[in-house]
Amino acid sequence: MAKYSTPLDQTFAALVDPTRRAILARLEHDGDATISQLAQPFAIKLPAVMKHLDVLGQAGLIERVKVGRTVTVRLSPAPMQEAMDWLRRYEHFWTHSLDRLAAYAESRENAQRSPKP
Amino acid sequence: MTSLTLVRRINAQPATVFEALTTPEGIAHWWGPDDGPVLLAETDVRVGGRFRVRFRMLDGSEHESSGEYLRVEPPHHLEMSWRWSDDTAGPDSRVIVALRAAGTGTELTFTHDRLRDDATARSHEAGWGGALDKLVRRYAPEARAGA
Repeated sequence: MAKYSTPLDQTFAALVDPTRRAILARLEHDGDATISQLAQPFAIKLPAVMKHLDVLGQAGLIERVKVGRTVTVRLSPAPMQEAMDWLRRYEHFWTHSLDRLAAYAESRENAQRSPKP
Repeated sequence: MTSLTLVRRINAQPATVFEALTTPEGIAHWWGPDDGPVLLAETDVRVGGRFRVRFRMLDGSEHESSGEYLRVEPPHHLEMSWRWSDDTAGPDSRVIVALRAAGTGTELTFTHDRLRDDATARSHEAGWGGALDKLVRRYAPEARAGA
């Protein structure tokens, strides 16, 4: 059913860091951006930003597109969807189980309440 | 993200619901994501005791989960650790069930948490913040896991 998978662990690991989340938020809010645009709001040097982008790239959360000498970064939604699917499997499991639990408990109670003829 | 909460109103007393939650006979009637059968249910309902449930889904696949009872206070509280039996990586997650008498029935609050490792959970508590929420809304708007 719901198993750990390496790509999924990478997604969650990539999301743990606040700078990387801020980068994703920026991309989500403002759309595609160049690396220097992304680095601007942070008090860290370009190589550090590149490192964060590498982690996000390995997790498949961003794509880098090179046009001429400019690298543009854009969001890639697939891993986020996988993370959601993983949670949704649990949600599906328990939603169905609890519905049946409720029906079963109610039938038991009815059987106890109504006197046998 | 790392927890799931569901609430149910059940037209049965907490003691009846607690029994359905914990007895093998009860579990056989409801456990599983579809109407496939429960193949095995074992429970040792005391703190430190274990449960094991195996079920088959309608697609023919079989799955087993097991764990340890962490809190057993009939008819209001039940807490247990949880893992898929073939999932040996990572820590256990946790299932918490609270049963509150409501009129002639029960309000059941179900929580499955610690669904990711501690580091992720800590970062979650610190707030995955608007970034993740926005991403989730944008790419999975129908997902409403987590209360």
